[in-house]
Amino acid sequence: MAVETPLRQIRHAAGTGAGQASRLKAAFTRWRVPLCVVALCLLPWILPSKALAVNVLIYGIYAVGYNLLFGYTGLLSFGHAAFFGAGAYVTGIAIAHFGLPWYAAVATGILVAGLLALVIGALSIRTRGIYFSMVTLALSQLVYYTALQASSWTGGENGLRGFTVGRLDLAGLSVDFLDPVNKYYVIMLFAAAALWFVSRILNSPFGAVIEAIRENEVRARACGYDVERTKLIAFVLSGLICGLAGTLSALHLAIVPLDTLHYNTSGLVVMMTLLGGAGSFFGPFVGALVFLLVEDVASLWTSHWQIIVGSMFILCVLFLPKGIWGTFIAWRTGR
Amino acid sequence: MDVELIAMQLVAGVALGAILIMVALGLTIVFGMLGIVNFAHGALFMVGAYAGLWVASLTGSFWWALIVAPIAIGLFGVIIERVLIRPLYKRSPDDPLLLTFGLGYVLVEAVRIIFGSDGIPFSTPQALQGVVDLGIGFFPIYRLFVVAVVAVVLLALWLGLEKTRFGLIVRAGARDPLIMRVLGVDIGRLWLLVFGLGVGLTALGGVLSAPMRNVNPEMGSLVLAEAFVVTVIGGLGSLLGAVVAGLLVGIAVSLTALIAPEMATIVMFALMALVLLIRPQGLFGKTGGGA
Repeated sequence: MAVETPLRQIRHAAGTGAGQASRLKAAFTRWRVPLCVVALCLLPWILPSKALAVNVLIYGIYAVGYNLLFGYTGLLSFGHAAFFGAGAYVTGIAIAHFGLPWYAAVATGILVAGLLALVIGALSIRTRGIYFSMVTLALSQLVYYTALQASSWTGGENGLRGFTVGRLDLAGLSVDFLDPVNKYYVIMLFAAAALWFVSRILNSPFGAVIEAIRENEVRARACGYDVERTKLIAFVLSGLICGLAGTLSALHLAIVPLDTLHYNTSGLVVMMTLLGGAGSFFGPFVGALVFLLVEDVASLWTSHWQIIVGSMFILCVLFLPKGIWGTFIAWRTGR
Repeated sequence: MDVELIAMQLVAGVALGAILIMVALGLTIVFGMLGIVNFAHGALFMVGAYAGLWVASLTGSFWWALIVAPIAIGLFGVIIERVLIRPLYKRSPDDPLLLTFGLGYVLVEAVRIIFGSDGIPFSTPQALQGVVDLGIGFFPIYRLFVVAVVAVVLLALWLGLEKTRFGLIVRAGARDPLIMRVLGVDIGRLWLLVFGLGVGLTALGGVLSAPMRNVNPEMGSLVLAEAFVVTVIGGLGSLLGAVVAGLLVGIAVSLTALIAPEMATIVMFALMALVLLIRPQGLFGKTGGGA
């Protein structure tokens, strides 16, 4: 995390007008993963239920992975359910059909999600802008229908069942996974790893290049960067992290509903990321937290909570384009 | 294989393609003019079908539904443009896309509250029931009717865009809105009308498809993905592309259903992947690939 790219150093040096404040900001950036993990440790004791806290973790990882592509590379994908779903389905299939141990199933799930991201990414980054969004959505629908058709493997419309994970055994260690608190902290370890990984990427030279592409693709190309390849790598990295989220959701629920691959699941992550603030490190997690909390509260008094969440999203696009966390940062830094 | 069977599937494919053309046209016109992709387009298709259902049950006539519902939903589209989309023109092109996505969510849920989550059957109007013998096989009258209606709408649209003063302004506005504004055209009102037209077209598609499929709140999400496939294959913003790709997809799906039914929904996406590999900008798209 301590690796500072030249670009960032220049940016920091340029901002020394504020002196103290920018040094504070740099420290904040350096310690952002530990800070986030501390916050996550407290989460299950603040939220109304442990199950909700686990969901926040899973969708938080999903949104963090998505934000790498949307917020930092500037590519608005509407097909990330494909990677989330691939992670979930492959993990479930590996356990239910092949009897793989949980860690091998998790690894396979992430790997297959990454491979799928490679294929879908290679096809879709040939297009630009709005076209890109449409192509990613259409290709993820292809994955959806494939899962629907291959019902002997995936359970079709009924979803994948029959793979309850009760205990997690690894290197002599054994954890009762059915206990909600245990479950939360195990998944939190994965979340911490994902956050560290993303933070690492963003602080690397590669992170500077993807942001350069987001800001001005033509200029990035003129600077000599291989824009297509960089976009594809960002797409695959994003797919890997979203695959991890899907994998964890399969372990958590012990079923994989077909809805996991539905394009609403793609839209969900777009909404969460935007709600929290695209292109900010904590934004997606904040977005996932707020979204799920609103869903949780709203579903108590109406089964049509989607109308509330959808309206909230519309208002957010209209009046809070930087999202909750993004607006907070802008207000803090006086921009 | 039986020639008669193939001919029948071909007509079914053209009818399916005709519905896809209606939806894709609305999508592509709005994109060509306003530069935004309407993610609520599928939901508005579904709302159109429900509006048709409601009008039909009120008046007892399919014909009223066919005329009143698309106009009413088109007007609803005008309100959406005025209230929700207009504030976003100056912002990133992603913003209207995201807003309309949220709107789709709200519309689907609103319909669920009013009409319930279950599908509602919509019977084919009496005059259009049954089949007709065309010499090469028996064809459902309703499907032929759908093809005829879409053909008439296409002709009217083409005449309207090519032969009228309004069409001239629309085409010029798509090329260069700034110049049109300088020339004294109220471009805001033009966009309002175009958005309403796009929404009206998809609503008409919804009403037309109602007797062929069950009417249910989920029908829009499937159609949206299909419309995307059609516009991507045809080229975003191209009217001719929407027509050709709509027919192509409809026929491909229908013929695949004959040979390998389980591949029917998948074939259109495979077709799109193929087109993307060869021509990323679509068959009739301008080079550069859309936005």
